Amino acid sequence: MEKVFSEAKKAFMTGNETAAWAALAAGAEVMFGYPITPQNEIMHYWTRMAPKYDRGFLQTEDEISAGFTVCGSVQSGKKAFTATAGPGNVLMQEPFGMAEGMRLPLLAIIQQRGGPSSGTVVYSQQEVTLTTFGGNGEGHRIVYSTATHQEIYDYIIKGFNTAWTYRFPTFILGDGYQAKMREPLELYSPEDKGIKMVEPYPLIGLPGHIGEDREPKHLCNIYSLEEELYEVVMKISAEYEAISPELTEYQERECDDAEIIIVSHGVVSRAADDAVTALRAQGLKVGCFRPITLRPFPAQELKNCIQKSGAKKLLIAESAYGQLFRLVRQEIYGETVPMETLFMPGVGIIDYDIMSKIKSML
Amino acid sequence: MAMLEPVHPLTPKSWYLPSKPHKFCPGCGHGIVLKALGENIDELGIQDKTIFGCDIGCSLLAWNFFACDSTQTHHGRTTPVMVGIKRSRPELITVGYMGDGGGYSIGSQHLLNAAVRNEKVTLILVNNTNYGMTGGQMAPTTLPGQKTETSPYGRDPEQTGYPTKGPEFIAQLTPDSAYVARATVSKYNQLKRFIRNALRNQIEGNGFSFVEVLSTCPTNWRTNAQQTWRFLEDEMEPYFPVGELKSPFGKGDK
Repeated sequence: MEKVFSEAKKAFMTGNETAAWAALAAGAEVMFGYPITPQNEIMHYWTRMAPKYDRGFLQTEDEISAGFTVCGSVQSGKKAFTATAGPGNVLMQEPFGMAEGMRLPLLAIIQQRGGPSSGTVVYSQQEVTLTTFGGNGEGHRIVYSTATHQEIYDYIIKGFNTAWTYRFPTFILGDGYQAKMREPLELYSPEDKGIKMVEPYPLIGLPGHIGEDREPKHLCNIYSLEEELYEVVMKISAEYEAISPELTEYQERECDDAEIIIVSHGVVSRAADDAVTALRAQGLKVGCFRPITLRPFPAQELKNCIQKSGAKKLLIAESAYGQLFRLVRQEIYGETVPMETLFMPGVGIIDYDIMSKIKSML
Repeated sequence: MAMLEPVHPLTPKSWYLPSKPHKFCPGCGHGIVLKALGENIDELGIQDKTIFGCDIGCSLLAWNFFACDSTQTHHGRTTPVMVGIKRSRPELITVGYMGDGGGYSIGSQHLLNAAVRNEKVTLILVNNTNYGMTGGQMAPTTLPGQKTETSPYGRDPEQTGYPTKGPEFIAQLTPDSAYVARATVSKYNQLKRFIRNALRNQIEGNGFSFVEVLSTCPTNWRTNAQQTWRFLEDEMEPYFPVGELKSPFGKGDK
């Protein structure tokens, strides 16, 4: 496949444009999508570039179809992806469930918008529960929550490799702010950074004569017996748990002696980072922890952070009403550190919001 | 006393024998449809490149029927999965297999839009006028007055509308390069010919190919053999006319 960037180059662009370039550079072969704000420009840029790079696109009749066409495409061995948001993410839970059940290397970019219902087209972090544990399954998914345009670029490239290495549906969880604002970043071809892209391979439509060279391949997602399904889910669970340690990613800062640790993810973690800088300058012992993977969650790493610092409190800050909070509580079960919360559902959080909250906690 | 040699029924080469005998109820029409499909796969020499996609419903029982690569999908979602495969690997022959509920009800917008886009897939929809797998509920194709589990006093068109005539609406939505037909398990040679045309149309890269097949469901109809055949021939076939509604291969077979 043709190299998209002969050398790394600086750019100043929106997150949606970044996402389209990243998918192109990662060697994505086809996108299936349906319009919904705030992810539309991923399709807009993709459809402009795709014919020049011999890549495919189909605008489907709805998000259900977009998700299932991706399922079919990856089954046939193509590096396919989709992008959606809000109510579209709700509709895609059905095909995401098929990808979980059949271990399909599906990649979806989610640009969160306000909810519930049609909510707003602007911004939120309210699709955390849906993206991590949506569907009628067990949340066997890999979810990267990005914070910058550079991360959108880096994690889409990484996400395709994650999906095709481990064959769990993989999500790049952004939001409306990241989708729409412009930011500087570096665009590059993965091989120039020493990143080897995992080659896709077919699960059906295999080479060889059936009955002579090979048996037919019958892919299955429904079982007659309780015990059959049990075996399948237990096997998937065991594999998911086995790979979790090598997949979890996080960032922490100034936690060694922190009396308060701010826990946040995605774009809010930038406000937390700024708040730590400002509060430290004022002599306050505040640190921050950011899960980059929401699934699998860096639970042990957060526990270590709490234990080594002897933090007196955690502050969970999110643009949702407790979706990260619930995730954190279940993941660090057993820790007794008191938690306070800053819930601003569907609304942006800036450093000032966090600093004010921290000062009220002292 | 002479030794009797066991007699093996002739089966298409493309049938997957470890999954035989098949799992359909006695008197069900699915086996006839799948025999016609299997013989066509053999005669067209497409076994190695056929992808067979199964909807949820009784059609699912065919998931390992063929010695072809296959995938299960979700209820109503076979059409987009087949579209995703075909668009990604145009050299493959994608055959989506579904019931009237999967195609005309829960999957109707996929069917409609795939037809409008003239997707180069072949879809076979088995119409037995009810939801068989879930226990005989009313389907989009249930005939007026027909009793089902959710129309126990007979389907009332005032309340639930008239049966969906799939090939008729699909014929209206598709360009001339599409193939649209309705067959019946009571006319095997014609059924086999229509399925052959629907496969050929995809092989030649012409466009969307759709065959509805009128079929039988004695289990849920609660009919004996004679009543079953009578319902198919005397009730269903007059309501759902059999024939080719659109064919790039010359004048339609009425």
